[in-house]
Amino acid sequence: MGKNLFQKVWDIHKVADLPGGRTQLFIGLHLIHEVTSPQAFAMIKELGLKVAYPNRTFATCDHIIPTDNITRPFADSMAEEMMQALEKNTKENGITFFGPESGYQGVVHIVGPELGLTQPGITVACGDSHTATHGAFGAIAFGIGTSQVRDVLATQTMALNDLKVRRVEVNGKLKPGVYAKDIILYLIRHLGVNGGIGYAYEFAGSTIENLSMEGRMTVCNMAIEGGARVGYVNPDEKTFEYLKGKKYAPKGENWDKMLSYWESIKSDKDAEYDDVVVFNAEDIEPMVTWGINPEQGVGISEKLPIDDNPSFKEAYEYMKLKPGAPIKGTKIDVVFIGSCTNGRIEDLREAAKYLKGKKVASHVKALAVPGSTTVKAKAEAEGLDKIFIEAGFEWRNPGCSMCLAMNPDKLIGDQICASTSNRNFKGRQGSSSGRTILMSPAMAAAAAVTGEISDAREVFELN
Amino acid sequence: MSIKPINRVIGKAVPILGDDIDTDRIIPARYLKCVTFDGIGEFAFYDERFDSEGKPKKHPLNDNRFKDASIIIAGNNFGCGSSREHAPQSIKRAGFNAIIAESFAEIFYGNSTTLGLVCVTLPKTEIEELAKTVDANPNIQIEIDIEREVIRAGEKVYNCGIKPSTKKSFLDGEYDSLGVLLKNMDKVKEVEKNLPYSFA
Repeated sequence: MGKNLFQKVWDIHKVADLPGGRTQLFIGLHLIHEVTSPQAFAMIKELGLKVAYPNRTFATCDHIIPTDNITRPFADSMAEEMMQALEKNTKENGITFFGPESGYQGVVHIVGPELGLTQPGITVACGDSHTATHGAFGAIAFGIGTSQVRDVLATQTMALNDLKVRRVEVNGKLKPGVYAKDIILYLIRHLGVNGGIGYAYEFAGSTIENLSMEGRMTVCNMAIEGGARVGYVNPDEKTFEYLKGKKYAPKGENWDKMLSYWESIKSDKDAEYDDVVVFNAEDIEPMVTWGINPEQGVGISEKLPIDDNPSFKEAYEYMKLKPGAPIKGTKIDVVFIGSCTNGRIEDLREAAKYLKGKKVASHVKALAVPGSTTVKAKAEAEGLDKIFIEAGFEWRNPGCSMCLAMNPDKLIGDQICASTSNRNFKGRQGSSSGRTILMSPAMAAAAAVTGEISDAREVFELN
Repeated sequence: MSIKPINRVIGKAVPILGDDIDTDRIIPARYLKCVTFDGIGEFAFYDERFDSEGKPKKHPLNDNRFKDASIIIAGNNFGCGSSREHAPQSIKRAGFNAIIAESFAEIFYGNSTTLGLVCVTLPKTEIEELAKTVDANPNIQIEIDIEREVIRAGEKVYNCGIKPSTKKSFLDGEYDSLGVLLKNMDKVKEVEKNLPYSFA
C-alpha cells in the first residue's frame, strides 16, 4: 500500500521518537504574531536559550492592529505594548518582521502564502489555530499554543502525537452561488465540530481540485473548526503556478529540484487512509450558521432545526432565534467581510462583483477588511475599494479585525453580524451578547444590501 | 529542566457542564491583550460569570459552595476553538489542577497537559453522576489517580481515560516537552541539514 501526503511529510520531518509514544517533529516554517509570541520569547530568555533557526521564523502583526488609524503609538496602550514586544523580540533575535511599513503586513495566514513561504511538503507551525490554512498547498500546518511556540523557537521542533488521516472527498460541480466557504460549513455540519479529533483531514475529490488556491485555503482554514488538527490538499499544477515568482518561492535550478520534491510528497494513488468520507457537491447550497458553533449551520432555504438537545436550546436562547423558523429574513446589524477565512483578493472580487451599483441597507454598518497589504493594494488597483465605498462599506486597513475583535472593531450589545469569518462562538466579535452568522462573501454582500439574511442567488439573480 | 512528576490530583470539584465550551468562553478575547500570563486567572469564564455591567450571573464559579474547587467537571469537546494557551493558562491560574471531561478539543488538551493541568475523560453517564455527587456534596474530595487511571469520589471508583503518552509524561515529570526536545538537538541539526528547503 502507498502512503498519503501526511505520512510522507511526517516521516521526512521526524527527529526522534519520544518517551510515551510522541514524535519530535521538525518545523520547517515558524510563523509568529504579536498575541501568542511575547510570553514565549520571555520564557526562552528566562531559560537562557536562543532562537534556534531565526531564518525559519517570520513575523507579522494582525490580531490587535487597528484597521482605521494605524498611527503609532496605537490608541490602545495594551495593543501598543504587544506591538513593541514583537518589534523588540524579532529585532533581538534576527527574525524577519513584516510590519506595516514593510508593505507585506497582514493576517499571518494570508501573508505566508502570498510571500511564497508556504510551500508543498513543508511543516508549518504558528501560535494560531487557523494555521491549517497553509495545508491548501500540501503543507502540514499546526496551530499551537504559547508553550509550543516556545518549543519551536528554542528547538525548531515540537512534541506531537501521530494523527490518523481521514480523506474527505467532495465530488461534482458546485451550483451557482455556492463557494468554498459553503463546502466547509457543510462538511463541519455533517462531520461535527469534534468529528475530526485525532485526525488530519485530506480534502480531495473533483470539487476540491477545481477550487482556486484561495478556495482551498478557505476550506483548509476551517478544518480546525471541525476538530481536525490539520487539513490539507494535495499540491498540483495550480499550486505550483500560484507559487511561481513569489518572494520566497524557489527560483531557477532550485525550482526544478523543489518541483520534483513537491511531486514526490503527494498522496500515492493506492495510499491508505484511516477513514474515507464522500460528499456530493450538488447537495450543497449556500450555508449560514444559526447557532454558537460552526456545526450549527443550515442551507439558506432550510428551516432552523427542531431538537430538544440542550446545546441547541442554549444556542437558540443566545441567538434569539426560533426553532422551525426560516433563517432567511433574519434582520442583521453589521456585515464583516474579511479574516483569514475570506479576506483574500478572490473574496473581495466576488463581493464587489455583486455590490457594484448597489447600496448597503441604511441600518447596516458594513466593513470590508482586506487580509493583507498586498490584497489591499491589488484590490485598489482593480478599483474594488471604490465599489465597496460607493455601496456604503467602510474600506479598512488589513488585520484580523472583527473576526475576533481584539482591535477596536467590535459588535455592540446583541447586534447580529453577517460575517465571512470562521467562528460564531458566544461573544466572539467583541460584545458578550453579540451574535455572529457565518457565511460566504457573496452571502454577506446579499445580507448587506437587503439588511437581512438573504439568499445571494435570489438577490443577485444567480443561476 | 527537571519538573516534579504528577501522580495524582486531589481536591474539591466544580461542575461546569455543557458541550463545546470554547476558548472564547473560557477567556474572552478582550483579556488576551497581555505580554505575560500573570493575572489572567481572574478573567477565566468572565462573560459566563458576569453580565455586561459586571454583575454576577448564575454560574457554578459564582456559587460559594464551589469556591475552593481545584478540579473542573466538564462536558463534551471542552476547550474547542482557539489554539491560544491563554485558555488553559487562565484556568490554571484561577487555581485549577485538573479537568475531568467527556472529551477535550485536541489543541486545548495538549496546551493544558504541557502546563501540568491534568486532563482525563469519563463517559457521559459517569460525568453526569459525578457532577450530581459533587452538587449534593460540594466538600467531597475527588482523587484522580493517574497511574491507575481511576477517579475516586467517596466510595465510588471510576475508570478514566488518559492518553498513554500524556500519562507517562506526568509520571516521569516530563510533561513540559522542552527539556525532552532539547536533548535531541544534534538530531535536529541533522534533519534540518537534509531538508530540501530553506528560506534564505
